[in-house]
Amino acid sequence: MIERAFIGRGRYQLWLAGWLIPVGIGLACYLFQYSHGLGITGMGRDVIWGFYVAQFTFLVGVAASAVMVVAPFYLHDCREFARIVILGEFLAVTAVIMCVLHIFVDLGQPARVLNVLLHPSPGSVMFWDMIVLTGYLGLNLVIAWTTLDCERNATRPPRWIKPLIFLSIPWAVAIHTVTAFLYSGLPGRHLWLTAVVAPRFLATAFASGPALLVLLCLLLKKAVGFDAGKEGLRRLSFTIVYAMLANLFFIFVESFTAFYSGVPSHRHDLQYLFWGLDGHAAMVPWMWLSLLMAVASLPILLSSIRRGNQRRLALACGLVFFSTWIDKGLGFIAGGLAVSPMGTVASYAPTVPELLISLGIYAVGVLLLTLFYKIVLSVRAETESP
Amino acid sequence: MLKLTLLAAAGLARRRPLFAALVSAVPTDVLKPGAALRSGRWAMVIDLRKCLESKDCHAACARACHLEHNVPDIANPRHEVKWIWREQGAHLFPDQLDEFRGAALADQPMPALCNHCDNPPCTRVCPTGATFKRPDGIVVMDPHRCIGCRFCMAACPYGSRSFNWEDPRPSLKHVNPDYPTRGKGVVEKCSFCDERLAQGRMPACVEACTCGAMAFGDLRDEQSPVVKLLRENYSIRRKPELGTQPAVYYLVSK
Repeated sequence: MIERAFIGRGRYQLWLAGWLIPVGIGLACYLFQYSHGLGITGMGRDVIWGFYVAQFTFLVGVAASAVMVVAPFYLHDCREFARIVILGEFLAVTAVIMCVLHIFVDLGQPARVLNVLLHPSPGSVMFWDMIVLTGYLGLNLVIAWTTLDCERNATRPPRWIKPLIFLSIPWAVAIHTVTAFLYSGLPGRHLWLTAVVAPRFLATAFASGPALLVLLCLLLKKAVGFDAGKEGLRRLSFTIVYAMLANLFFIFVESFTAFYSGVPSHRHDLQYLFWGLDGHAAMVPWMWLSLLMAVASLPILLSSIRRGNQRRLALACGLVFFSTWIDKGLGFIAGGLAVSPMGTVASYAPTVPELLISLGIYAVGVLLLTLFYKIVLSVRAETESP
Repeated sequence: MLKLTLLAAAGLARRRPLFAALVSAVPTDVLKPGAALRSGRWAMVIDLRKCLESKDCHAACARACHLEHNVPDIANPRHEVKWIWREQGAHLFPDQLDEFRGAALADQPMPALCNHCDNPPCTRVCPTGATFKRPDGIVVMDPHRCIGCRFCMAACPYGSRSFNWEDPRPSLKHVNPDYPTRGKGVVEKCSFCDERLAQGRMPACVEACTCGAMAFGDLRDEQSPVVKLLRENYSIRRKPELGTQPAVYYLVSK
């Protein structure tokens, strides 16, 4: 089946070759970082995590969101997702690989990464995060590959696949919950030290992931004429609306607790993000833009659902995706580390090589997703042709 | 407050009766020279009344420590590596100093170092066991096992850990051949001089302190200087509300 990924017309080959360029640039930048150390990034003794860890956090959400098509399809027999579910599963696989790569490039001693397995530390949330992420990667890869293979052969999926599918549903929730626990169990990091992190992570995940999936479906329709089905996209839009509403609600309750209680440590990080603190205000326009896009996406989504307008749907999904990307991929880490343990405020901005390394990883994601989707579409074209 | 300190000390002893018994059998103060110093619970007491008076020591504690442990002198503040250093009182004790008597301490530079917490968040989060707490309370760091994920730095509420953002060796003016240097990409921090204790010597900072403001000893030993100081004086610790139970106490005037 895998050979189908590489058979294509010139335009397809050009697309693949084109994305290899940012991969190469990212790799070159990584080699530079590998030889000079993480000092070439914008991180430092106060802001100890930056763009890499933030992208990891955001992408775990994208990976977890596959459950928003898997659960309705397999648990509730929601047939509208029949053509989308496998796209969601391969998106999850790709997102987890990008997560792992972002963590890898963030390590000071990447050659020692297997120490995590050699000296397993069940007391560390990072150990569990590694377990759940690799488990989720394996589950989705096996499920997607097996069901696609059966589709190709026009056979029924093997019986053992059902328990794996059911397992993947709570597992999706687990990956983002464990990722939230990386942060929300740390004393003295007050933006993170709140129980709302895990639920908010899930809410943003279930908004951003399906939004990306909708955008991918619309793109596939335009580029190669693959029709995911209007009804499926409509249902996904509802998921995005509710997830985004939940997210906005969580932002509201967290802000209430922080500002009404008046506890300085609880308030400072949010103040830094939305108003600026001690003259450090780099994040302020981003955070308001994120909030604005989140709010604006709701009426646009609702109207696109009512009228079936796909251009509006694309716009709304773009807004949701970028809003949550700013929220998690920029604000969450920078905000959580802005106030140092000494109470001073530290700003962070990623450097060019840092951004290029991350871009390289995203390009790897685009390539992988292209290969996966090419296989899916080839199999579909074969089975559906008379 | 004395009562509180007593209660805290009693609590410590109750939690590890085995070690407490071991320690009472070996008085640490009268060990033979060269023999390892042992303790049930190592702790440090910094008498700020003495420390802040001493104007001409030029942070002898930090210089001695950094020379001894090959801690690089890096100019870029974002890449600094520090084991013990001087930090403003307001930074060490946020929300603890009032605007009256406390204000006198707020601007003063005072020693900051790893607190060797009883309940260290850094060791809890380490995914490889590269940092761990010894039975005698010292939180140590194995730079050879560290993968450089910096989770321990995110967990430490005191900013006591440093990461080698660049190769530290070119920034070493002198190299002490008796102590290993580190490479880039690993975390390091104060070790309460575990290597000196093993040789029967006091920590480098304590030895170097010119005004006698630093005391080091066994919290489980009633005869130990740290216990005596803590019984007779009012002490504060950094961010007590987080429940980490630091083993570095700061004495302030009542």
